[in-house]
Amino acid sequence: MSLSIGGVPYEVVMGIECHVELKTATKMFCGCRNVFGAEPNTNVCPVCLGLPGALPVPNRLAIELVVKAGLAFGAEIPAFSKFDRKNYFYPDMPKDYQISQFDTPLTQGGVVPFRLDDGTEGSCRLTRIHLEEDTGKSSHAGSRDGRIAGSTHSLVDFNRAGVPLMECVSEPDIRTAAEAVAYLETLKRTFVALGVSDVKMEEGSLRCDVNLSLRPVGATEYGTKTEIKNMNSFRSVARAIESEIARQAGILAAGGRIVQETRGWDEAAGDTHPMRSKEQAHDYRYFPDPDLTPIEFAPTEVTRMRESLGVLPHARLERFIARDGLSVVQAQQLADNHALAVFYEAAAERSGKPQATVNFLLGDLSRLANETGTPVASSGFSPDALAELVALTDSGTINSKTAKDLIERVWRDGGSPREIVAAEGLGQVSDSSAIDALVHEILAANEKTVADFRAGKTKVMGFLVGQVMKQSRGKANPQVAEERLRAVLEGAEPASQVRG
Amino acid sequence: MNLDATAVAIAAAVNARDVSAVEVATAMHARIAERDGAVGAYLATTGELALAHAQLVDARVKAGERLPLAGVPLALKDNMCVAGTPTTCASKILAGWVAPYTATAVQRLLDAGALPLGKTNLDEFAMGSSCENSALGKTANPWDLGRVPGGSSGGSVAAVAAGEATVALGSDTGGSIREPAAFCGVVGFKPTYGRVSRYGLIAFASSLDQIGPIAHTVEDAALVYELMAGRDPMDATTVDRPVEAVSNALREDLAGVRIGIVREFGLGELEPAVRDVYERAYADLERLGAELVEVALPTADFGIATYYLIAPAECSSNLARFDGMRYGLRVEAADVGATYEATRAAGFGDEVKRRILIGTYALSSGYYDAYYVRAQKARTLIAADFAKAFSACDAIACPAAASPAFAFDAKTDPVSMYLMDYYTIPMSLAGLPSLSVPCGYVTPPGAAGPLPLGLELSGPLFAERALLGFAHAYERATRHAELQSIPALPGPVGAR
Amino acid sequence: MASGDIDVAYVAKLARLALTPAEVERFGAQLGALLDHVAVLERLPVADVAATAQVIPQTNVMRDDVPRPSLDRETVLQAAPKREGAYFRVPRIIGEDA
Repeated sequence: MSLSIGGVPYEVVMGIECHVELKTATKMFCGCRNVFGAEPNTNVCPVCLGLPGALPVPNRLAIELVVKAGLAFGAEIPAFSKFDRKNYFYPDMPKDYQISQFDTPLTQGGVVPFRLDDGTEGSCRLTRIHLEEDTGKSSHAGSRDGRIAGSTHSLVDFNRAGVPLMECVSEPDIRTAAEAVAYLETLKRTFVALGVSDVKMEEGSLRCDVNLSLRPVGATEYGTKTEIKNMNSFRSVARAIESEIARQAGILAAGGRIVQETRGWDEAAGDTHPMRSKEQAHDYRYFPDPDLTPIEFAPTEVTRMRESLGVLPHARLERFIARDGLSVVQAQQLADNHALAVFYEAAAERSGKPQATVNFLLGDLSRLANETGTPVASSGFSPDALAELVALTDSGTINSKTAKDLIERVWRDGGSPREIVAAEGLGQVSDSSAIDALVHEILAANEKTVADFRAGKTKVMGFLVGQVMKQSRGKANPQVAEERLRAVLEGAEPASQVRG
Repeated sequence: MNLDATAVAIAAAVNARDVSAVEVATAMHARIAERDGAVGAYLATTGELALAHAQLVDARVKAGERLPLAGVPLALKDNMCVAGTPTTCASKILAGWVAPYTATAVQRLLDAGALPLGKTNLDEFAMGSSCENSALGKTANPWDLGRVPGGSSGGSVAAVAAGEATVALGSDTGGSIREPAAFCGVVGFKPTYGRVSRYGLIAFASSLDQIGPIAHTVEDAALVYELMAGRDPMDATTVDRPVEAVSNALREDLAGVRIGIVREFGLGELEPAVRDVYERAYADLERLGAELVEVALPTADFGIATYYLIAPAECSSNLARFDGMRYGLRVEAADVGATYEATRAAGFGDEVKRRILIGTYALSSGYYDAYYVRAQKARTLIAADFAKAFSACDAIACPAAASPAFAFDAKTDPVSMYLMDYYTIPMSLAGLPSLSVPCGYVTPPGAAGPLPLGLELSGPLFAERALLGFAHAYERATRHAELQSIPALPGPVGAR
Repeated sequence: MASGDIDVAYVAKLARLALTPAEVERFGAQLGALLDHVAVLERLPVADVAATAQVIPQTNVMRDDVPRPSLDRETVLQAAPKREGAYFRVPRIIGEDA
C-alpha cells in the first residue's frame, strides 16, 4: 500500500507484542488449575493470591512450551535464563510485583514467516520470547460502558492471576495491516499445532499490542510511535491499524506532531482513544527474583526439544503451495487445522492428485463437518476412502451425482467407496449406445422441449440432461449424455455456434 | 511433672505415657497465664488449638506411635502462618488476619507431636534488634524486665527463657535468633540458608530469612532442627540434601577441632566485664581440646552496609503486597492510589517504612548499580572471606553481641540499633549455619541482676552436624545456663 | 552524602507510602545517616567481582504441571477488606495504572 503525505511517500512501521496464555493444566507458579470461565475466585491459593508467606515454584511444562515456541521460529535458546521481579502496584496484581523476565529471556531472535492471501511471502523477526505470570481480571462497576473512566469501584477475580503467559516481541518489520494479520495467523497456527496455546483472542488467551509509527520512505530514524491496545480479534487488529494509520497521517498532513501515547481501540466507535495514565513513566525496579533458581539448558535438552517439534505449520503450508500447487487460501485453511492437514497429506499421498483431494476435503467434506459438528477425522471417512473417491471420479468411473451420494453414505457409515461402487454397480454409464437409447427415449417424451431448443432456447439442455440422468437412475455420464443429446438435436443442422 | 524439663525428656515421658500431652498443654498454659503479664512474650495463645493437638498426640501415642516431639510445648514467632490462627507480624497492617494455611516447617513439628501454644511477639515484620518495633505489644527480658529481650525474635526467646515454652521457633535474617538468644541466655540456631523451608514464613528478606529453633539446650535445638529441615516442594530455595541426624550424634569434647578467632572481631573494644567473659569462653574451648586459630575476615566491617542495602531492597518488594486490597488493614480513600498510600501509612511502623524507603531507593532507576548490585558484589567478597577462613578452621567463635541486653529506649538512633547485628550479619550474608549458646553473665550497674551473654559459633555451609556438636560439647562442659536463673517474675496483676 | 541525596518524597510515591512533611524530613535525615554509613562500600574493589545471584547456587528447581487443591473461596473472601459477592471489591482506579 502506498501512503503519501504532502507529496512525500511514507511508510508504516509496526512492531507487535503478543501475550499468549499457555495451555498448561496448572498456573505458572502454583498448582491451581489453569482454566477459562470458572466461577470467580475459585482457582486461587496462597501463592497466586499473594498471601503473606507464599512462595512461587515454576511450572516445568510452561518453560518447555516457551522454548518450543521459540525453536519453531529458529530462535536461539540461551544457556542461562532467570526470572526477575517487575515491581508496580495495581489491584489485579496479587503481589504488587509480577514475576517476569527482564534481561535474560528464554528465547532470543527468530523469524516468523508468513504469506499474504495473494501469495506474497513476507517475514518478521522476533526480538525475544519470555515467560511471565498473568494478572487477575478486573471489571469496573458503575460506569456506563464498563470502562475505568467514570467507574465507582472495581471487582477483581484472581482466577487468571498466575496463569503462565508468553510474551512475544517482534522487531518493527511489519508494514501493513495485512502483514500484521498474516503474522498473527502464523503465530496462532504454530502455537496451536505445537499445543502451546489455544490462542483464542475472544477468551483472552491471545492479547496483542501494536506499536505503530510513520516515517518517510528511506528514512532510517523511526517516527514517534503510539501503542494500540484492546483489540479482540484479528479483524479488529486490522481495523485498528488502518484507523491509526489514517489518524497519524492526518496529523502529519496538517503539520502536527504525533504524541507518544497508548491508545485503546474502541470496536463500536471504530476508532482509538488515548488511555489515561500517570505522567511518571514506570520505574519497575527490576531485580532477580531471590525465590527462584535460574533455568539452565544443556545443549542436548535443546536438541531434544527441537527434534520433538515435528513438521511445523508454516513448513507444511509452503509444501502445500510449492509441491502440491494448492492456492494460498487452501494451504492456509489446511495449515490452520492440524487434523485436517494430516488427513489431507495422507489422502493426497495415496491419491496422487492433491488438487482433486483438497477440493473434496475443503468442499463437501468440510461442509458436512460443519453441518454435523463432527470433524472430518472423526467421521466415517478415512484418508484411504477419500483417495478412492478421487480415483473413481478422476477416472470417470462415477459421475458427480454418484460421488455426492457416496460422500454422504461413507461419511455416515464408513467403508470403501471402491467396494461400494463395485458391489452396487454404481459406475456411471458412459457407453454411447446405451446412452443413445436413453436419449431417444427422452427426446421422444419431450417434443415441446425439443421444439424450444431448436427454436433457440438452448438452456433447456440442462433439463434434458437431467431427464436422462433421472431415467438412468443417476448412472448416466452427464457429459456423454449432453454430447449425444446435442448430436441428435443439432444433427439435422450443420455445426453452428450455440446461441445464448 | 517437671515443666522445665527438656524437649527430649518431655517427649520421652509423653511417649512412655507417664504424662499426657493434654496435661502438659494445660500446665504450660497456666504458667503462661501466670507469667506472661510481666514478660509479654505472647501476642496470642492458642488454647483450643493446643488442646486439640494434644488430644491427637495422646491418641497417636496410645495407638503405638513414638513421636519425637510428643507433647512438647512450642511457641511460634508471629511471622509464621498457622492455619486458623491470627498471624500479624506484630503489625497493624495484619492485625486480625487469620492465616488459611500452615508453614511447612511448623507443620513438620506439629506432625512430630509438638503442641502449638501460641504466637510470640517480634519486631514488626522481623525488622529490629530489640523487639521494641512491635506495634502490638511489648516484650521484656525475663532477666531484667526493664531491658529488651533482643530482636527480632524477642517474644520466642523470652517465652523459652521465662519457662513459658519448652522450645520455640524464631526467624533469623541478620541475627534475629542469635542476638536475642544471647540476651536471654538460651540457645538460638540459624541453619544454613536453604535447609529449612520458608513457605509460610512471612518474608522480610528472601535471600537471608531462615527459620530456626530456640531452646534451653543444644540437644533440643538440634532435635527441632532435624525434624524441620529438608527439601520442600513449596519452596524452590530449599536444598536437596539429606538432613543428617544430629541430635543423636553430639560430641562431648573438642579434641582435634580448630576454632577460628576472627582477627577483626578483637575483644579489646568491649567493656572489660564483657571481654572477660569471652576470653574465658575462648579458654574453655581450648580446655576442651580445641586449637584456636586466628582467621581473617577483612570484609567483616562491610557487613552492615551490605546488609542494610540488600535486606531493605528485598523487603521493599516483599511488603508491596500489603496494600489493603485482598486482606489486612484497609484505609479507604477516594481511589485505589490514595487507598494504597493511606493504608500503608497507617499500617506500617517507622522502622518498616524506613526500610521500604531505603530499599526502594536502592533498586530505583539510576541507583540500582551503585547500591543494590554493589552490595551483592560485596556479599560475594564476604562469602569468599569465610570460605578462605574455613580452610583453616572448622568453626568460627565470636561474641553474638557486643554487650548484654540494653534498656528500653536506649537506642533511639536507627543506625546505632543496626550496629547490634555487627557479629551476626556477615554469617547471614554468606548463608552460613550459626548459633548462639550461653557463655556467661555480667552485671552492669543498674541491672536487676546478672545478664546473659552468648557465644556465637558459625560453620561452613551445611555443616550443621559438626557445628551443633561443638556447641553441645561447650555447653555440657561449661553449663552456663544452669549457673543462674531468671529472677522471680511478678504474678499477674488483677484478673487474667 | 547529605540527606538531600535521597528524594524521600519521590521514593515514598514509588512505594505507595503517604508521608507527612515532618516524616519526609525525619526519614530523610535518618536515611541520609544510613547512606553515609553505606558509603564505605565504595572502598571495596568490586570491579571484577560477580554479584551474588544466589546464596546457595542451584538451577532448574521446577514443579510438574500437576494440580493441587485450591483454597475455599469463602475463606479467601472473608479475609477481604471489602467484597461484593464472589469478587474482591476495590476502590475506583484512575488511569491505566494506579
